[in-house]
Amino acid sequence: MSEHAEDVRKQVKVYIGVFIALSVLTVVTVLVAGLDVSVPVGLLIGLLIALVKGSLVAFFFMHLSHEKKLIYGTLVLTVFFFLVLIFVPIFALTGSFESPEHLYDFEAPTSVHEH
Amino acid sequence: MSETEGGAPAHGAHGAHEDHAPEGFWRKYIFSVDHKMIGIQYGITALIFLFFGFILMLLMRWQLAYPGEANPLLALVAGDGAEFFPGGKITDGFYNQLGAMHGTIMVFMGVVPLAVGAFGNYFVPLQIGAIDMAFPRLNMASYWSFFVGGVIMLASFFAEGGAAQAGWTAYPPLSEITPAKGQIMWLLGMVFLITSSLLGSINFVVTIIQLRAPGLTYMRMPFFVWAQLVTAFLLLLAFPPLEAAGFMQLSDKVFGSSFFLPSGLVVSSEQLGNSGGGSAILWQHLFWFLAHPEVYVLILPAMGIVAEVIANNTRKPLFGYKSLVYSLIFLGFMSFIVWAHHMFMTGMGEQVAAFFQTTTMIISIPSVVILTALFLSLWGGSIRFTTPMLFALGFLPMFGIGGLTGLPLGLTITDIPLHDTYYVIGHFHYVVAPGTLLGLFAGIYYWFPKMTGRKLNDVLGKIHFWGTFVCMNGVFWPMLHQGMSGVSRRLFDGGESYAHAQDVLWLNKVMSHSAFALFVFQLFFVVNFLWSYFAGKKVEENPWEATTLEWAAPTPPIPHGNFETVPTVYRGPYEYSVPGQERDFVPQDQAELA
Amino acid sequence: MEIPYTVDLRPDTRLTNPKLGIWLFLASEVMLFGALFSTYIFLRVANAEWGPHPDAKLNVWLGMINTFVLIASSVTMVMCWATLKMNQFKDFKRNLLYTVVLALTFMVIKSFEYGGKFSHDIFPSTSTFYATYFLMTGLHGIHVVGGVVVLVYFLGPGKKMWETEPEKFTNRIEVTGLYWHFVDLVWIFLFPTFYLLS
Repeated sequence: MSEHAEDVRKQVKVYIGVFIALSVLTVVTVLVAGLDVSVPVGLLIGLLIALVKGSLVAFFFMHLSHEKKLIYGTLVLTVFFFLVLIFVPIFALTGSFESPEHLYDFEAPTSVHEH
Repeated sequence: MSETEGGAPAHGAHGAHEDHAPEGFWRKYIFSVDHKMIGIQYGITALIFLFFGFILMLLMRWQLAYPGEANPLLALVAGDGAEFFPGGKITDGFYNQLGAMHGTIMVFMGVVPLAVGAFGNYFVPLQIGAIDMAFPRLNMASYWSFFVGGVIMLASFFAEGGAAQAGWTAYPPLSEITPAKGQIMWLLGMVFLITSSLLGSINFVVTIIQLRAPGLTYMRMPFFVWAQLVTAFLLLLAFPPLEAAGFMQLSDKVFGSSFFLPSGLVVSSEQLGNSGGGSAILWQHLFWFLAHPEVYVLILPAMGIVAEVIANNTRKPLFGYKSLVYSLIFLGFMSFIVWAHHMFMTGMGEQVAAFFQTTTMIISIPSVVILTALFLSLWGGSIRFTTPMLFALGFLPMFGIGGLTGLPLGLTITDIPLHDTYYVIGHFHYVVAPGTLLGLFAGIYYWFPKMTGRKLNDVLGKIHFWGTFVCMNGVFWPMLHQGMSGVSRRLFDGGESYAHAQDVLWLNKVMSHSAFALFVFQLFFVVNFLWSYFAGKKVEENPWEATTLEWAAPTPPIPHGNFETVPTVYRGPYEYSVPGQERDFVPQDQAELA
Repeated sequence: MEIPYTVDLRPDTRLTNPKLGIWLFLASEVMLFGALFSTYIFLRVANAEWGPHPDAKLNVWLGMINTFVLIASSVTMVMCWATLKMNQFKDFKRNLLYTVVLALTFMVIKSFEYGGKFSHDIFPSTSTFYATYFLMTGLHGIHVVGGVVVLVYFLGPGKKMWETEPEKFTNRIEVTGLYWHFVDLVWIFLFPTFYLLS
């Protein structure tokens, strides 16, 4: 990395700013969890906030904002496969590529374990 | 920077003979960081594991040909009280151990370490003109992790209850309710083996991207290097989910969790008493997410070797280099989204099944392009039927059969009667045994002179080839037939107790006798290897008159440096029979045309 | 002979070997934790009964504190690299120490949490929620410990390299930082997943 001390000094200000943003977003996450919304909506909001926080860490702390194409390419590929791994198995659970609302349309056997 | 653009520091006359304190035995041979030594370590270890896996198969084939009869070799070892083979008779539990461990050892401890760890490690740096891998110490760590994993796997045979016995696929609930301690050791062994592959794959990708010699653009790389690059990406991204699944199964077995155990499971008429809520299908998804790309890991390096050997022995460039490379990349990408074609019978819905059927059909296209390009490379060539070339030629139709027999498995309708039958075993063995193994043998015969300065004996080599080729077909072709007759896989008695198998039972003897003969023909190779290492015909640096960079290094390449001077590349990898040249080949590092 | 591009940038990729290497490693880690998140989603969707026992949920406050702790450690970590670039070795050592202390704080709080669960007879065997919770936070914890080992090495004998090869040393800290930020990133997703969304 051929950055000069002056550029780095400016970046330090950015790091502090990101820290503040992350702290605020953490508090927001906790508050949002207390809201009275349905599960899927709550999930979505929580994940979106986490995504924003993660992006801040990645772009600023990990310097991804000025990383090379090769790194970006590898990460894009990885994220694609990550999404495949997240979504495809649950689609395989249902009959098709729709939401698993009808998953419990059967008589589940009563379970025996106690808490 | 004092370096030339993109070039390594040019040490000129010093070359690779810089002052090194002479290395002690341990540093030079055991804890080496030189990619060539590590490659040899991988090679020897992998060949020993391959041999062991082969023995396991021979024991199974004995049982299948002569169900219930005492195996004479086991009888020597065992008394009547032997737990798993009393008086030499293989029990059903032991048969299952043989099956599970044969698969595990061949795939994870034999073929991949040989194809990637040995050939890849030794020849990728050489073919790109580098002095070593990017991370030599990481390379050493990869080997030792592999070694430890392998030892754990072998030791598992001595664990209480025996080795893993739920298939190389280790499906729960069976893998989790089996009391055999070997199953836990299998999981531990897998963690070490997977870690080894992950560390190695990082090394390969960085090395190929960063350490190419000046002038070696991506499209001038030998196809073998491309194959190793794609393979490394597959290992990097596909293995971690299986590592995660391995931790989960370990947790189930050791901590009593229920990642893969559904609620209300009844075992031997008793409720299991675990928390439940898990899913056996989850394991299958995570396992096959790795295991499908894994099969491309098994074939790609061998394809790479076959390509090298064909170009060299036809004295002409490969047909369709660009299409070969693009197909390779496309194949690698597609391999991540076909995995559930191993799970068509698990009750998935039509749409998802159709999705995986479609991607599976699509992935056959690049495979066909690659095979066709290799076949077309023969057209108009001056074919030299050297021993490596025989193996390379043998690979082509065998991979063709392997690939074609895969099609009915990838189509959901025809998969219904064929799933979990011997047809599947026949299909995948065609690709791996007369496929990959023939390719790897081609590599051994081809590169032995560069590693040792001697050639393997031709007569023994040709006997080895023909015997292996014929016997492998004798072992695996009948499996396709048995499978289509409905004989299930993993049957301890080979189908003896099933009415629908009676007409094809005789094939068990055919296959087993072919397997025994196959063993005998491998002895020709072992003898050839050992004899030639010490007393084989000595040859100069480039006996095959090849163009790629490894042949520009001295024989054997210089420890910790490889080349006298770092080569510069001026041309593509397969400049054979260039018009107007005196010789019928122009090495990649030759600056001027004559 | 020296392996090229360990410190110098390769002209066409403009990368050093360790920089490319660590990103590839992180890509594999994305797939590792990805498989675990996939497991969480799969089991939760597939299982009609999910969630911790009503009486025994996770402590949101401890989780939130730990989130702050780890974020702070990411800041001190990136400051390690920044202070080295600005040739402020004393400040670097201070930041490195803070990072280690914060990481250990995280682990201490985690052990409190685990201990609390164990003393209430809550184990991975209790339910798939807890199985997933223990495995994912446990694996994450192992990654934290691994990071601490490396950081302590740099606090100790490792820092000698600053005197002989300062640029290589700075790169090593940068690469370590990338790993560390990733560990923080995973926690950023773990926290809401387990503490807030059940």
